[in-house]
Amino acid sequence: MTLHIPATEAQACAIVKSVIESGTPLSIIGGNTRAGLGRPTQTQSTLSSAGLTGITLYEPSEMVIGARAGTPLALVQETLAARGQMLPFEPMDHRALLGSEGEPTIGAVAAGNVSGPRRINAGAARDSLIGIRLVNGRGEAIKSGGRVMKNVTGLDLVKLVSGSYGTLGFLTEVIFRVLPVPERVVTLVWRGLSDEAAVALLSAALGSPFEPFAAAHLPEGIGADQARTLLRLENFSDSIDYRSRELGDLLRVHGAPEMIEGEASLELWHDVRDARFFSGTEEAVWRLSLAPTLGPKATATISARVPGARWFYDWGGGLVWLAVPAGEDAAAGAIRAAIKPLGGHATLVRAPAAIRASVPVFEPLAEPLMRVSTGIKTSFDPAGIFEPGRIYAGT
Amino acid sequence: MSAIAFPVPDQSILARRDAIIAGLARLVPAEALITSADERRPYETDALTAYRRLPMAVVLPSTTQEVAAIMKFCGEQGVPIVPRGAGTSLAGGAIPQEDAVVIGVSKMNRILAIDYANRVARVQAGVTNLAVTGEVSAEGFFYAPDPSSQLACSIGGNIGMNSGGAHCLKYGVTTNNVLGVTLVMLDGSIVEVGGAHLDAPGLDILGLIVGSEGQLGVVTEATVRILRSAEGARPVLFGFPTSEEAGAAVAAIIGAGIIPVAMEFMDKPAIEICEAFAKAGYPMDVEALLIIEVEGSDTEMDAQLARIVAIAREHGVKTVKESQSAMESAAIWKGRKSAFGATGRIADYICMDGTIPTGQLPYVLRRMDEIVKGYGLRVANVFHAGDGNLHPLILYNCNDPVEAQKAEDAGMDILKLCVEVGGCLTGEHGVGIEKRDLMTFQFNPEDLNQQMRVRAVFDQAWLLNPAKVFPLEGRVAA
Repeated sequence: MTLHIPATEAQACAIVKSVIESGTPLSIIGGNTRAGLGRPTQTQSTLSSAGLTGITLYEPSEMVIGARAGTPLALVQETLAARGQMLPFEPMDHRALLGSEGEPTIGAVAAGNVSGPRRINAGAARDSLIGIRLVNGRGEAIKSGGRVMKNVTGLDLVKLVSGSYGTLGFLTEVIFRVLPVPERVVTLVWRGLSDEAAVALLSAALGSPFEPFAAAHLPEGIGADQARTLLRLENFSDSIDYRSRELGDLLRVHGAPEMIEGEASLELWHDVRDARFFSGTEEAVWRLSLAPTLGPKATATISARVPGARWFYDWGGGLVWLAVPAGEDAAAGAIRAAIKPLGGHATLVRAPAAIRASVPVFEPLAEPLMRVSTGIKTSFDPAGIFEPGRIYAGT
Repeated sequence: MSAIAFPVPDQSILARRDAIIAGLARLVPAEALITSADERRPYETDALTAYRRLPMAVVLPSTTQEVAAIMKFCGEQGVPIVPRGAGTSLAGGAIPQEDAVVIGVSKMNRILAIDYANRVARVQAGVTNLAVTGEVSAEGFFYAPDPSSQLACSIGGNIGMNSGGAHCLKYGVTTNNVLGVTLVMLDGSIVEVGGAHLDAPGLDILGLIVGSEGQLGVVTEATVRILRSAEGARPVLFGFPTSEEAGAAVAAIIGAGIIPVAMEFMDKPAIEICEAFAKAGYPMDVEALLIIEVEGSDTEMDAQLARIVAIAREHGVKTVKESQSAMESAAIWKGRKSAFGATGRIADYICMDGTIPTGQLPYVLRRMDEIVKGYGLRVANVFHAGDGNLHPLILYNCNDPVEAQKAEDAGMDILKLCVEVGGCLTGEHGVGIEKRDLMTFQFNPEDLNQQMRVRAVFDQAWLLNPAKVFPLEGRVAA
């Protein structure tokens, strides 16, 4: 096992070129907290971004921050917080769920398109990622996008790389647009609602002019005995007062909400963001992505077929976090069969390596799209040296 | 103007014209195939009217299956394809070439489904941008990207160019508001990418398709996000004695944690042109005008405006004028959105679209003025101040070839300036043919080769909108 830690982009290029010659595939790691995502890879060596750290650009008045890929996410967040700003998409911390240790990096946030509850309003990591530098599988340092948020110059390789889990190349630098931290954040909590009623509430709220920034539902048994339905408002203080009153009024058929803020609100959303309700268990964990109102339909079907399934909803119902007994195949067949007619897809986020090797972790694609995905992988990495098989077996 | 080269028409294709047309005639109803020179004429250019090429044929399919059949046929015959939405591209993205078939999606103009609970609409590619908002506005919803051409431009074209608009500071551009598309590939396969859900399984191919300028396939349908409108919206005019002060005010507003839905800048020449056209009540005694729009309830807007006004005063604002009615608001936006059209009434112009880091604004404004004056021409500036997306309008007389060439040269100098200060060639109009030959200024060969290799996954033979985006020399096919 060889660990490469380039200190510069040029060194990274040289390492990749040498690897192409020897033909030994590479794993890519940042802080190694998300290594358990995707299919397990068989690699002899690892390329680490640990030697590429530091903020490279921060212009608060332009709402843009750039950092080398190995920069700890925490440093980026602290730097922004010192000027009253933040990453817009509330990236998930996978450590609790995956039981991993280490320091999450900004590069991995980009490579994994790692987002959180705020995604529903402010977009995903891919929507805020505006520029990248990347070493491709030819050992060439390439760039896409830049430091300005309006940019349609050429093909948008930024989007492709975001969510590619290192399979297209080794990120060396990433640039994100940022937003101001809201003056005040509160959470409205309704209790005791069924999944259907809760998602109807969330849909009504998200279709209102009062602009919730996060919308989740925790069924009974998820973190508390009683079901909780959550709406988060972020705004100037006066607006919060006004909007929470209006929302309470609009949704009064569901009962009167309790308002929480400060640490209690923050912790609750960290639980949702990081799927902490499922941390420390032996269950396999899935993410189901579908149209929000179909969330409860999917879970009803799955629960009828998979005894012991537990779940909660984020993104107004459109993201279902699902825990099932790991068994032999993490109930993949039943789950994918339930999702397919609903037009969504399922990703296996946590399971023992043997299951992630035998069950498709990402939703299998229809033939033309699979061909395109394979072609794109080859266009970046013709020798197949980056994270082979991480997304799909054989590519 | 003749600076931008087109590929030499392939004589072997032109020689087969009759057979190719006969082949197309077997695939679509007679009324969907346009072959006479007179009827092809409207398709010879788009909004970059200085360039035009008469296409070999135009097809106006009504279904995705027809598009697939045409694509497969052209792919097999090796005939170039130029996809076309409404033909409003300012970058020449829809300008054809003599050996190409234009596939226009104008007949595919139906809104297929609206789903308010899930906040999405399914539309055909030929639907106009404004028609989507029009369809859902009674329920209080809207489609966020709002390019100035929104009355005419199509969703398919918006997806091709990743169009923006005045309100994208808050709501994002097309790529942030499209969740799925039906894409017809060159071999005629029909693929569904994305859907009504928020993230992609595997690689983000949807994110690649948006903004690919018709070079990866033809989009025939899309699932777009629709958003609930704010309770109210109010544009306010802020007149400044200098552009520098207006620019500093924009930076200070953002620095104070306020993100208005729109912050639009106009310089004095633009103010004069737009006011003469729209009678919007723009102040005439200032050098720079900001249109800042806030949203929310009346009380919320009052509170937010009070903060903005206080910041503007610290930065020397001379005039503050709030819209007092819906009619006044409409007039304020009409002036801004008709800036290009209004300019066209007094002179020919070319409209540039570079983006710069907003901190460079005072320097870039000064340099642009010098550049254009250096060519003996005039410039009017309108742009999206919050995100640094510039739209300098270089005025010239198109009947004077020398002046036309100067205007084009000045435009290219401005775009190079945008790249030099850390920005890019195009913020929302796309590369098209217009900026194609400047791509090497922003990207090095490795950057461009990687883009072209990705492109080749979809089109090895360079048949899809081939004259666009990438310089004609040095093309990579795999």
